[in-house]
Amino acid sequence: MTAYWHNFFRKHGAALSVFLLASVGFWIFMMIILPQAFMLDFSLRANVPPPKWGTDAHHYTAEHYRYMLYGSAQSTDSYNFVDLSVFARTILAAIFVTLIDLALCYPVAYYLAHAATGGWRRLMVLSLIVPFWVNELLRAFAFKIMFGSNGIINNALMWAGAIDQPYDFIRNSVALYSGLSYAYILLMIFPIYNAVESLDRNQIEAARDLGSPWWRIHKRVVIPHAKPGITSGCTMVFMLTAGALAAPQILGGPSSLWFTQIIYQAFNQAGNWARGSAYAIILLIVCILFVLFMMRVFKVKLGEIAR
Amino acid sequence: MSADVQLHDVWIRFGEFVAAREANIHIREGEFFSFLGPSGCGKTTLLRAVSGFLEPSRGRVLIGGRDMAGIGPNKRPTALIFQNLALFPLMTVWENITFALEVRGAGKAARRKKADELLELIALPGQGEKMVSELSGGQRQRVAIARALAAEPDVLLLDEPLSALDLKLRQHMRTELRAIQQRVGITFIYITHDQGEALTMSDHVAVMSQGVIEQVGDGNTIYNRPESAFVASFVGENNLFSGAVAEAGEEYVTVDTPAGRLRARHARRNGKGQLAAGEPAFVFVRPESLKFAGAAASSESARPLGNRISARIHQQEFEGNLWQVFCGVEGSDKPVKLSMVNDGESIGHAPGEEVTLGFNADLTVALPQGELAAE
Repeated sequence: MTAYWHNFFRKHGAALSVFLLASVGFWIFMMIILPQAFMLDFSLRANVPPPKWGTDAHHYTAEHYRYMLYGSAQSTDSYNFVDLSVFARTILAAIFVTLIDLALCYPVAYYLAHAATGGWRRLMVLSLIVPFWVNELLRAFAFKIMFGSNGIINNALMWAGAIDQPYDFIRNSVALYSGLSYAYILLMIFPIYNAVESLDRNQIEAARDLGSPWWRIHKRVVIPHAKPGITSGCTMVFMLTAGALAAPQILGGPSSLWFTQIIYQAFNQAGNWARGSAYAIILLIVCILFVLFMMRVFKVKLGEIAR
Repeated sequence: MSADVQLHDVWIRFGEFVAAREANIHIREGEFFSFLGPSGCGKTTLLRAVSGFLEPSRGRVLIGGRDMAGIGPNKRPTALIFQNLALFPLMTVWENITFALEVRGAGKAARRKKADELLELIALPGQGEKMVSELSGGQRQRVAIARALAAEPDVLLLDEPLSALDLKLRQHMRTELRAIQQRVGITFIYITHDQGEALTMSDHVAVMSQGVIEQVGDGNTIYNRPESAFVASFVGENNLFSGAVAEAGEEYVTVDTPAGRLRARHARRNGKGQLAAGEPAFVFVRPESLKFAGAAASSESARPLGNRISARIHQQEFEGNLWQVFCGVEGSDKPVKLSMVNDGESIGHAPGEEVTLGFNADLTVALPQGELAAE
């Protein structure tokens, strides 16, 4: 280990070595560990106003976690169905959005990596990236207008005679799912694209030459090769969707509540930072466990994703 | 089952570029056929047209008499071995080998059995559970062959599969490939830029240059009776004398070159490219056909050394079994090369010495001037 550091310093010189270590250290400690540690600390203390922080009233307690489960700090008679169902719905919706993105992006990524060539490929990549110069809020509001009862989609459907009443895309969460799927589509496409592109084209041809139909080529050759990319895309989309706030706020119907909105309310409307922290920590841990579980199921190692 | 392969007037264009033109070939069933040519000559393009990855722009490809137009690579009775082998790295050796059977829906037991048979054939018994990455280069090579054979193709196509191997292994694999071909008895079509491979393994060779098939024949014919300047200069080594035809007969031609008047066989006396008096011509003679025309040497030779040129020895190299002697000859910028079998004696001449070189007219070829192979 000492030899490693010795080597590291000799290779990069003192100034660069100190900069690299300091900046990585700052990033890990100040930007990641410390804030999360504060959140964890907050979530485990009683909810008291800031002047009383540090006093005896600000004692450690698991009441906020209990509240998430039972809807009350003391009683354990009934479950907190309101929050738990929102939580479950959020996770399920995030899974659903991840699957939609996967279904949309895998063919596109495959096409970009192995069928499109030269200028046409560059044009396609650009046309995927450029729309994301439009900021997230503007995009969400644009979706809201588009899916509104007088929006272009309802108008087009009515003009075509497919429906005679405007369909409520907002209330039925279609707008929300579309908005979320669209918001994170690049995070799905590019990891898969990178993974698929590194596949030797001869392997696809070899499988075809041996008589394989296209679906089996994907099942046996392309998807196994692209699995790390698929996993990393799915992980990012799932995590970000479960933690999205703006899109659910704007595109969500009156009845549909996203779990992040409950966290937001706890912090900003109820002034209950402790409960907000606890809920945020729960969301984080459940998401991580879910992702690790899925990686286990699909036999992907963490190291492979980083390739 | 084995099948013959016919190319009828096949042209392949990529935009403006013509990768192959007017290819007419009949590859007989069960033969080992090679396409030989420098890189970029269009040999791989023709192979892809046979395997179905490319449709000819014009002309027809027939396999076993059946027109292959519109039939994809997964439906053709061919199997291709890729230059980089393209084994599936995430499958075990036996899964690789039996992929074609898996595609056809064979059960696991049947596949295991077939894999064991083929592993036996390629002399890798008991290695089925390994991953491809655990094998050596030569072993991977054999797995690729087994994987293609498992598809039970009528025609096996090989795209320079030995080029990644080192020299020793390559020579060993030549013998092995030829043996496998004779055992399974199907048609092999082999692509290579290595004339040694083409000549040693093949029943017939097609030499290609710039999209054109220059000559088709067995190795002996290609080497001894080249029909174009390209073939003469590409296959083996050849000394070249450039000149003009003095006299063109049925069997022989005489050509005036700066080194003197040379008599040579009239290589294309029946076909197109026949030489006539006054026309420019190339005269080719192999290094091993050149002899020192001293008093002692000429009597040993079975054939009369009709052609004589004077030369000055520049340099001689000892290669163990051979002596290579490089001589300067009037009117020739490149040194003329003479090869002599090492019989334990010295060559009897020293660098700087003026000598007379002789060679027999039957071992000398006159051809119309044309494109030569790059050095």
